[in-house]
Amino acid sequence: MRYSGLRVIAEGLSGNRGWKPAWRNPDPKPAYDLVIIGGGGHGLSTAYYLAKNHGLTNVAVLEKGYLGGGNVGRNTTIVRANYFLPGNQEFYSHSLKLWEGLEAELNYNVMHSQRGLINLFHSDGQRDAFARRGNAMVNQGDDAELLDREGVRRHLPWLDFEQSRFPIHGGLFHRRGGTARHDAVAWGYARAADRRGVELIQNCEVTGIDIEGGHVTGVQTTRGSIRAKKVAIIVAGRSSQVAAMAGMRLPIESHILQAFVTEGLKPVIDHVVSFGMGHFYISQSDKGGLVFGGDLDFYASYAARGNLPMVEHVMEAGMTLMPMIGKAKVLRAWGGIMDMTPDGSPIIDKTPVEGLYLDAGWNYGGFKAVPASGWCMAHLMATGEAHPVARRFRLDRFATGHLLDEEGTGSQHNLH
Amino acid sequence: MRLTCPLCGDRDRREFHYYGAEVYADRPDAGAALDAWDDYLHLRDNPAGETRDLWYHEIGCSAWIVVTRDTVSHRILQTALLTARQRQVGKFVYQEGDLREVPAKPGAATGGERP
Repeated sequence: MRYSGLRVIAEGLSGNRGWKPAWRNPDPKPAYDLVIIGGGGHGLSTAYYLAKNHGLTNVAVLEKGYLGGGNVGRNTTIVRANYFLPGNQEFYSHSLKLWEGLEAELNYNVMHSQRGLINLFHSDGQRDAFARRGNAMVNQGDDAELLDREGVRRHLPWLDFEQSRFPIHGGLFHRRGGTARHDAVAWGYARAADRRGVELIQNCEVTGIDIEGGHVTGVQTTRGSIRAKKVAIIVAGRSSQVAAMAGMRLPIESHILQAFVTEGLKPVIDHVVSFGMGHFYISQSDKGGLVFGGDLDFYASYAARGNLPMVEHVMEAGMTLMPMIGKAKVLRAWGGIMDMTPDGSPIIDKTPVEGLYLDAGWNYGGFKAVPASGWCMAHLMATGEAHPVARRFRLDRFATGHLLDEEGTGSQHNLH
Repeated sequence: MRLTCPLCGDRDRREFHYYGAEVYADRPDAGAALDAWDDYLHLRDNPAGETRDLWYHEIGCSAWIVVTRDTVSHRILQTALLTARQRQVGKFVYQEGDLREVPAKPGAATGGERP
């Protein structure tokens, strides 16, 4: 069933009796050519591009819970391409271009809103760093504008520009940055992959990975064993546990990143805004809730909830920057489990086990990468070669020293 | 979350700096193979459940503490001073804060030299 405005009107006039489930709910078959472990954003987009770009449709996506029930359904939904380092730049640039055509591609409204992203700076040194980043973005072919204080004031008149400690000097404006409806991205890819023949199998937890003579041969699951020629681990948040089933230790430590949503308010914040001197960034959802977050809690955790010190810090930073939000009530908070790599960049690569692939380590930036991650992972699995825009996301880069340290803070687990 | 410093007692988590998995206390010998350095710096068991990691009592007594805790429930199971932990580094053994040289076994590889 193709979705369209006409369809909505026709269904509305006929009691909405004609809608069909957006995807099938099949039982697992005994064997597939390719099995993807993990039915989140990255797993579903990988399945979709395997079918669309490479014609591979004998594919199963195994999800232990329900589709899109993990980090893709719990994030702050920001889409941007403002990276600096070669290796990251071209990847996120590719991803943003895919975002820009995603709704037509999937025939699904993912509510992609290019409302503009403004990263504020508060010192001369930060201005220089952002000018340099902006130039790198423009050279890559993306957009960036350096705003002075008056330029920022035209967009965000309600900021506290005169705060004594961290006065706002300006901002780096990335017009094509914005947000998207996170659940819809998972659902859109799920529906589009299903329509091309991919089988999406829910409530199917992988409990073991079968390896014979260094080759992967299939997986053990709570719904029986499934043979496969190739298997992909795309389970951010649980990457270490699933990789351990194949005898691997990953360069990943799991941390908690908290985020918060307020009650619905009338439209007040038109952009995505980040504070340069504390851990705080914010946007307003289409429902009206202010969606904001900060930094990691900074200790290894799988608790899916954070602790109060970071809550306090985020609220303080928000109040410093925009005192007007002080009376909004926080409705809910959550803590996502982040795959943190030592250098803060992801992994899309083969593993030492033949036929076993890994897409992991998305740190706190996996959402915007969903389209390009699937695109590049599908390319890797179908052709055996890394996609040109993801060729530096290697699993062995820590051992060899070919790091992608976007923040420039070093390559150790306690630094990102 | 609160941590019990073996010297100062039950304290707020904000007094402590998290350093990472316990493996950071076992620095490879200077002449160790590159794989050992990769293990030490990058590769992690990263368990969902009981783990042991290093915390520094930064706004307190400056002690290094080995914390045994549950990463799923955030329950603290045990805390101990790092200096109380016996560990071998090269041909030396740390025990209760003292550094002692282990007599080399005849024929055993000696590892890298330490100043």
